[in-house]
Amino acid sequence: MTQLTATGNMPAQRDLVGGSEGRKRQLKEWAFQLASLTAIMVAIVVLIALIADIMVDALPRLKPEFFTNFPSRRAAQAGIKSSLVGSIYLMFLTGAFSAPLGVGAAIYLEEYAKVNRLTRLIELNIANLAGVPSVVYGLLGLEIFVRLMRFERSLLAGSLTMTLLILPVIIIASREALRAVPQSIRHGARALGATQWQAIWRHVLPLAFPGILTGVILGFSRAIGETAPLITIGALTFIAFLPENPFSPFTVLPIQAFNWVSRPQEAFQQNAAAAIAVLMGLLIILNSISIWLRLKLQKRLSW
Amino acid sequence: MAQDLRKRRIRWDDLIVKSILFACAAVSVITTLGIVLVLLTESLKFFQEVSPVRFLTEREWTPLFAEKRFGVMPLVSGTLLTSLVALLVATPLGLLVAVYLSEYAPPGVRRWVKPVLEFLAGIPTVVYGYFALLFVTPLLQRFIPNLEPFNALAAGLVMGVMILPMIASLSEDAMYAVPNSLRDAAYGLGYTRLQTVWKIVFPAALSGISAAVILGLSRAVGETMIVAIAAGQQPNLTANPLQAVMTLTAYIVQVSLGDTPHGTLEYHTIFVVGLTLFAITLLLNSIALALRERYRSVYS
Repeated sequence: MTQLTATGNMPAQRDLVGGSEGRKRQLKEWAFQLASLTAIMVAIVVLIALIADIMVDALPRLKPEFFTNFPSRRAAQAGIKSSLVGSIYLMFLTGAFSAPLGVGAAIYLEEYAKVNRLTRLIELNIANLAGVPSVVYGLLGLEIFVRLMRFERSLLAGSLTMTLLILPVIIIASREALRAVPQSIRHGARALGATQWQAIWRHVLPLAFPGILTGVILGFSRAIGETAPLITIGALTFIAFLPENPFSPFTVLPIQAFNWVSRPQEAFQQNAAAAIAVLMGLLIILNSISIWLRLKLQKRLSW
Repeated sequence: MAQDLRKRRIRWDDLIVKSILFACAAVSVITTLGIVLVLLTESLKFFQEVSPVRFLTEREWTPLFAEKRFGVMPLVSGTLLTSLVALLVATPLGLLVAVYLSEYAPPGVRRWVKPVLEFLAGIPTVVYGYFALLFVTPLLQRFIPNLEPFNALAAGLVMGVMILPMIASLSEDAMYAVPNSLRDAAYGLGYTRLQTVWKIVFPAALSGISAAVILGLSRAVGETMIVAIAAGQQPNLTANPLQAVMTLTAYIVQVSLGDTPHGTLEYHTIFVVGLTLFAITLLLNSIALALRERYRSVYS
């Protein structure tokens, strides 16, 4: 009888059924596990092949001049100065717009909103926005920011478009972080006479901060790797100067990489690989910062 | 005195904060309205010159040529072709990974596989495009000599790897939500682990798993850079994945890269193509969200 309670334990199963039927079942079980592990191996092998392929092409080009040169007609002299700077500017501008907006929206939905039709509509709407293709955001940005508001093909138009694109990511992650803060914290603060906003600002937000930060950085990583919406609003592919202010034209690393990969010459494709390597390096740095901050803050704020 | 206590004081500062926060939340609704309005008004301008019948029934898409044709069918077929290749890769692999992680994997393996999947999901799509064009296509050409340099197959395969993490993690969530009592009952009846997975957990999580696959499809339909780089720029009405095709998204990129003057018919075409894309993904997302609601309401 004890064998019956051994859930899913194969030797027990075989003893119960016995003979060839049991062996067949065990064979199937092994075959299935093998298939699953193969599926996981496929993912890992692709990841390794992708990184190896890019690094092999990129390494010969990753010299200091590559970072300090503007793009050029000659592949060997072309660099990523304008696109790297553009990407960093774009990330900070997008962050300045999207972090307050996204966290604000999350606080409203999690802490203030009553359960009614309007709230339901906003929630459904955010879930749907998260699934809108990025290129469609580009069309929105093109009409509203580039044409209607006359920001032209500027950093400002680009970062506003990106803001709308990553807003759902930040809202969803921030809401989860807020939800993870125990209700007792809110009740304790309110019982001591804090207003709702005081309770949120002084108690809930600090506790939710690591989670919110992770969401914001996730949004940043999305923004820094996106290409299609910026191409759609007309960000240029060849820029031989640095943006001076938010109204300057700009280019970013993924667009530069796209421009180079679309050319038939192998030398330019190596440039594309190098630009991609730098882009991936930026992403890894961003994510490491997020993990490091989360660990550091969580230690201080554990409850 | 008693009356004073009963009357709630209005805290103006709290009210102002609340209004500001509401405005933040309202931005998302305004964004949706903006998308719909922009796509509809610009598409209307297109349909004033080209009849919807031509748009839906013509078999060629050549709005930038001297002899213009406006049949959206080749773009839709190109989009479906690359997306289906992607789904054929991502669905079986993603489900296997999900079942393994949810029902079999020891914690040590989970700790390794999860970050790999997250990393795959975080790779910018332009990187996948590079990989599809310069690694996967040359590799495939060794086995399939008549594979064109730009083709739906390589783009679709790589797109499959891109959506694999999404399908795997959403399906795993769905299977994780199936209560353990169901598994225990199956084991009690003498089911093996494999039988429990396929006959109990899988059917119980089916609505969530379908939602995951549909969301994956929607992601593939809206994906831009991989197909713009590796699938080509020729609107072919074909079901042959060895050929170059043009997707809805790749067309928008193609026009955006050129200097199409604002207000021309060519300019309006990107919005009508965008509207088609938006309609397809909205339909898919709505089905997926409805399915997900269903499994959430059953097991929570």
